Amino acid sequence: MATRPITRNTVIPGFTPTLGYTVFYLSLIVLLPLSALVVKTASLTWGEFFATVTAPRVVASYKVTFGAALAAAGVNALFGLLVAWVLVRYRLPGKRFIDALVDFPFALPTAVAGITLSSVYAANGWLGQYLEPRGIKVAFTPVGIFVAMTFIGLPFVVRTVQPVLEELEQEVEEAAACLGANRWQTFRRVLLPELLPALLTGFALAFARGVGEYGSIIFIAGNMPMVSEITPLLIITKLEQYDYAGATAIATVMLLFSFLMLLTVNLLQKWSRRHAA
Amino acid sequence: MSIEIVSVNKQFGSFTALNDVNLTVPSGELTALLGPSGSGKTTLLRIIAGLEIPDGGAIRFDGEETTDRHVRERQVGFVFQHYALFRHMTVEENVAFGLTVKPRKERPSKKEIRERVHELLRLVQLEGLADRYPTQLSGGQRQRVALARALAVEPKVLLLDEPFGALDAKVRVELRRWLRRLHDEIHVTSVFVTHDQEEALEVADRIVVMNKGRIEQVGTPAEVYDQPANPFVFDFLGSVNLFHCRAEQGQARAAAPELSVGYVRSHDIEVERRQSEDAVEAEVRHIQAVGPAVRVELLVRGTGKTVEAELSRDGADRLALDVGETVYARPRKMQRFVGDYQI
Amino acid sequence: MSSSAPSPSRTRTEPAPVRWALIITALLFLGLFLFVPLAAVFAQAFEKGWDAYLAAIREPDALAAVKLTLITAAISVPVNLIFGVVAAWAIAKFEFRGKQLLITLIDLPFSVSPVISGLIYVLLFGLQGWLGPWLQAHDIKIIFAVPGIVLATVFVTFPFVARELIPLMEAQGKDEEEAAITLGASGFQTFWRVTIPNIKWGLLYGVILCNARAMGEFGAVSVVSGHIRGSTNTIPLHVEILYNEYNYVAAFAVASLLALLALVTLVVKSFVEWRMRELS
Repeated sequence: MATRPITRNTVIPGFTPTLGYTVFYLSLIVLLPLSALVVKTASLTWGEFFATVTAPRVVASYKVTFGAALAAAGVNALFGLLVAWVLVRYRLPGKRFIDALVDFPFALPTAVAGITLSSVYAANGWLGQYLEPRGIKVAFTPVGIFVAMTFIGLPFVVRTVQPVLEELEQEVEEAAACLGANRWQTFRRVLLPELLPALLTGFALAFARGVGEYGSIIFIAGNMPMVSEITPLLIITKLEQYDYAGATAIATVMLLFSFLMLLTVNLLQKWSRRHAA
Repeated sequence: MSIEIVSVNKQFGSFTALNDVNLTVPSGELTALLGPSGSGKTTLLRIIAGLEIPDGGAIRFDGEETTDRHVRERQVGFVFQHYALFRHMTVEENVAFGLTVKPRKERPSKKEIRERVHELLRLVQLEGLADRYPTQLSGGQRQRVALARALAVEPKVLLLDEPFGALDAKVRVELRRWLRRLHDEIHVTSVFVTHDQEEALEVADRIVVMNKGRIEQVGTPAEVYDQPANPFVFDFLGSVNLFHCRAEQGQARAAAPELSVGYVRSHDIEVERRQSEDAVEAEVRHIQAVGPAVRVELLVRGTGKTVEAELSRDGADRLALDVGETVYARPRKMQRFVGDYQI
Repeated sequence: MSSSAPSPSRTRTEPAPVRWALIITALLFLGLFLFVPLAAVFAQAFEKGWDAYLAAIREPDALAAVKLTLITAAISVPVNLIFGVVAAWAIAKFEFRGKQLLITLIDLPFSVSPVISGLIYVLLFGLQGWLGPWLQAHDIKIIFAVPGIVLATVFVTFPFVARELIPLMEAQGKDEEEAAITLGASGFQTFWRVTIPNIKWGLLYGVILCNARAMGEFGAVSVVSGHIRGSTNTIPLHVEILYNEYNYVAAFAVASLLALLALVTLVVKSFVEWRMRELS
C-alpha cells in the first residue's frame, strides 16, 4: 500500500487508555527495573567497571559462554535446517508427533533439562557409559555446556526455517530443474538463498538464548572457574558474595550483548520480509 | 433522507484524500462514487458513514448537522468491501447482530428479531442458509448477507464500499442488477463506491466522478457519458481516440486549429471507403472480432498515430476490410476541451 | 500446511538414498537431543518404583513448592493476559508513531538472560537496592520472599500473550469491529462479542506458553528466592535442592511433574495450532 492512512481519529474506541496502560505497565515491569541496572553501573568509575568486566576469570567465562553458544548455534543451524527440511518435504510415520516434540526444549523447564542432561551424560549415564571409555567426557566439561545449549536452542532454527520452507513456491524449483540444474545445484543456488534470512535469524536467536542460558547448564557444566564457568553463573556468584557492583557490571555487558542481538534479529527479519515481498 | 456534503477536506499525512468536496445526494436515489484508486471515493464514503472524521467541512443528513455524531447514532448501513462478516457467527446471528446490541428498552423480543431476520434473508434470497457460517458461503452469498445485516437496523442511508469488487465477472453482473431491483423496492438513499464505469452506468441514478480528491462531474449516467465535463471524465467513462484537429477536419477548423485535440469514442468512428470532408486517411493495421463488435486498428496517414474504431459485425461484414488497405475514418461525434472545459 | 506433505513431484524431491540418509540423520539428531532426555526424566523418576515416586511428591516441602508455583502462575498469568490483550488492542487497531519500538520493547524480556531478570529486582528491592532501606523500615520483604518470585516471573513471562495476539489481531484488521460499530454496538459489546471470539484460540495459545514458563522458570526465580525450604522454593528450585543433595530419585520424581506439564503444554499447543489452521 502506497498511502497508508494515519487514522488516529478512528471510530474504534479505547486508544488512549489502552496505549496508556501498555506504556505504564511496560515501564513498571520492564523499563524501570532494567534502568536500575544501568544506574547501578553508572555508580562505578570507568576504571572499576573496566577492571571488573575484563578480570581473567570473567574473560574466561566469556570465552566459554560465547564459544559454546556459537558452536551450539552452528550445530543447530545445520541440523535445524535438516529437521525442517525432513518435516516439510518428506512423508514419514509419526510426523505430527515429531513436529510437536520439536518444541519440547521450549516447554521443558530449564532445571529439569539440566539435571536430565547431566544424568544422561554422566559416567554411568545412558550415553555417558559409551562415551567416557572412548575418552569423550561430556558432563562437567565445556562440552557439556555445548550439549545443553544445543538442546535448548534446537527449536529456534527449525521454527524459523519451517514456515519459509512451506511457503516456497513450487515453480521456482521447477524452473531451476527446467533450466538444467540438478538437485544439489537447485538447493545451493535457488533454495538456500531464499532460506538464508530465516536460517540466520534462527541462528541468532539460538545464539542469544545460549549465551543467556543458566538453568540447564549449571548442572552439567561442572562450574570450574576459568574452565567451565559460564557468565550468568558468575553474576550469581558475585551476588552471593554481596559484590553487587561486580554482578551489575557483568550483567551490563550481557545486557548490551542482548540489545545487539535484538537489533540484529530485527534487521534480519526486516531483510527477510523484503526478501519475501 | 438526503445527504449534504459541504467543503469537506481530509488529509492522511502528506496525502490529500479529499480537497474541498461539495455534494448533495438526493433522498431515495442510488448514487455511485466513481473514480480510479486513490481518488478519495472510499474516504468520502467512510466520512459519510462517520467511520472517518473530516479535517474540515460538514456533513448534513436532511439538513441536520451530523459531522460530529458518532457512527453508532448516524443510523447508516455500511457494506464493507470484504464484507467484514463476523466469522464466528452464523448467517442468522450476523444479520441479527445490530438488533441484539440495542439497549434493552429498544431491543425487539427474540421472536421479533427472528422474524425480522428471516424476512431479510427472504429479501436477499438466502432463506435456506440461516445456519451456515460465512466461510461456508460463496462470495455473492456473503455479499448479500452483509447487505441484509446492514438493512436489519433499518438505516436511513445505505453505504456500499466496492460492493461487487471481490466477485467474479458473471456473479458481478447478476448481483448488480439484483441490487438495482432491490433499491427500486426499498428506496433507501444509497451511495456506492466503484472504480468500474460500466457498473456505475448500469446501476446508478446519478454518478459522481472523482479524481485526486476532487469531484470532476456529477450527473445522470447519460449526462456524464454523453456530455463529459472534461478530458478526465471522457477518458474514465469509455474508450478514447484522440484526433489532432487539423485544417481539413470540418468542425475543428473554426476554433484553434493546431492546438486543440478532439476526443472521439471508438463506436463514434465511421469507417468508409470513400473520402469525405471530415474524414482522415488511414491504413488498416489489425482487425479483431470481440463478441458482437469488431475492433479495427487504424494508422492515420501522416501522423503516425493510431485510432481504434468499433464497428458492428454487420457493418464490418459489409465493408469486408483487409489488413493493409487504405480507408477513411470519420468521427461522427467529437468533443473538444479547452483547458479543462468542454466547448 | 505441515500436516499434508506435498505429493512428491519428481522435480521437487531427491533420489531415494539421499532422502533416506537425510531422514535418518535428522531422526538420529532428534533422538539424541530430544527423545533420550525425555525418556530419561521418567526412567529416573520411577527407578525405585511407584512408592518412592509418590513418597517424593507427597513430601511436605515438595507440596509447599507445588503450592508456591501454583500461586505464582495464578498471579503472573492473568496479569500478563490482561496486559497482552490491552497492548494488542492498542497496537493492532490504531496507527501511531513509535509502534515498532513499542513492539521491540515488549519483546525485550525474552532477550534478557534469566539471571539478569532476577538481578534487576534485587537491585530495586534488595537490602542494598533503591527501595531496600525504605522497605526494611516498613518491614516489607520482597526479595527472598514470595513477592520477589512473583515479580521476576511476571517479568520473564511478560511478552507471551502480547506477542501471540499482536500479529493475529493485525492480520484480522479492524473491518469487523467497524462493522459492529456501524450496527450500533458499543465499545464493550464490540470487544466481547466480536474481538474476543476471533482471538480466543490465539489467547489460549499465549496463556498456555505463558503458564509453562511461569511454572518452570528457574534462573530469575533462583536469584530472588533465597532458597528457603518449604517457604520460598518453587518446583524447579526444589528440584535443584534435591539434586544437589544427591537425592536423585526424589529430584527426578518432582522434575517429572514439570516434564508432564511440558508434555501437556505441547499437546494443547498442537491442538490450538490445528484449530487455528482449520479456521483460516
